[in-house]
Amino acid sequence: MKTQTKAIYAAQTKINTNILSLIAVAFIGIGIIAVAGHVQAATLHDAAHDMRHATGFPCH
Amino acid sequence: MFSKVLTSALIAGFGAGLIAATLQLAFLQPILLFAELYEAGVLQHFATTPAAVVPPGYVFDLYRDVLTVVFTALIYVGYALVLLPAMAFAQSRGAAITPRTGLIWGIGGFAAVQLAPAFGLPPELPGIAGADVDLRQIWWGATVIATAMGLWLIAFGQNWALWGTAIILIAAPQIIGAPQPDAFTGPAPPELGAEFASRALGVGFAAWASLGLFTATIWGADD
Repeated sequence: MKTQTKAIYAAQTKINTNILSLIAVAFIGIGIIAVAGHVQAATLHDAAHDMRHATGFPCH
Repeated sequence: MFSKVLTSALIAGFGAGLIAATLQLAFLQPILLFAELYEAGVLQHFATTPAAVVPPGYVFDLYRDVLTVVFTALIYVGYALVLLPAMAFAQSRGAAITPRTGLIWGIGGFAAVQLAPAFGLPPELPGIAGADVDLRQIWWGATVIATAMGLWLIAFGQNWALWGTAIILIAAPQIIGAPQPDAFTGPAPPELGAEFASRALGVGFAAWASLGLFTATIWGADD
């Protein structure tokens, strides 16, 4: 009984960790999209300029 | 889990980004450079003596083109880092992730991230008139999120209440409408703007379809 509970607990922890991993990766992705596509700082804007126009981001 | 999602997305995103960058330099950059001549006033639309149109074509510029390739690869890596966790989450709830379904995921991503925002804010030629950039970015972000949620509900919803919600989510940003400029002051000919917008969508479609295919293929490779 105790082993079974432990196993269920371990499985549950694994699922939680997996979902946390997925959220963490997606969060990094959103950060990259925001920096490359949206941040208006002049240097970043100029460097990403052609990509932003070509990929349909609001640029200026 | 974390590292497998991360590396799969990095490789798939980089590959799709290189395809996007190649297509962009071949098909979009010539129009963009042409439009910049109008933006800078070198050429004038409706000049008193209209000059014969001589497109400058693609002009090689190492620094500029390298930055474009780097940022295009980067943005598609960013897309992959959001796309793959969504795929993996769907898989954990029973959805099959195969190269074939990956293609559909990619086309769905294109619809959410490029087609839906372009319905209100067509991909812009340099110098084009637009409403305040902050407002447009807010509308852009909200449209992408609402459309993606709507597509998710269409794909995985089981009843009409969810499908109805999906239609509302997808339609709402377009009914509200994107912020539009007060006056049209774009110096470039509409012919260039139209060609740029439709080609940008074509390039986006090809790159996103590749992204979905690559992501699902690499993700399933060693299972």
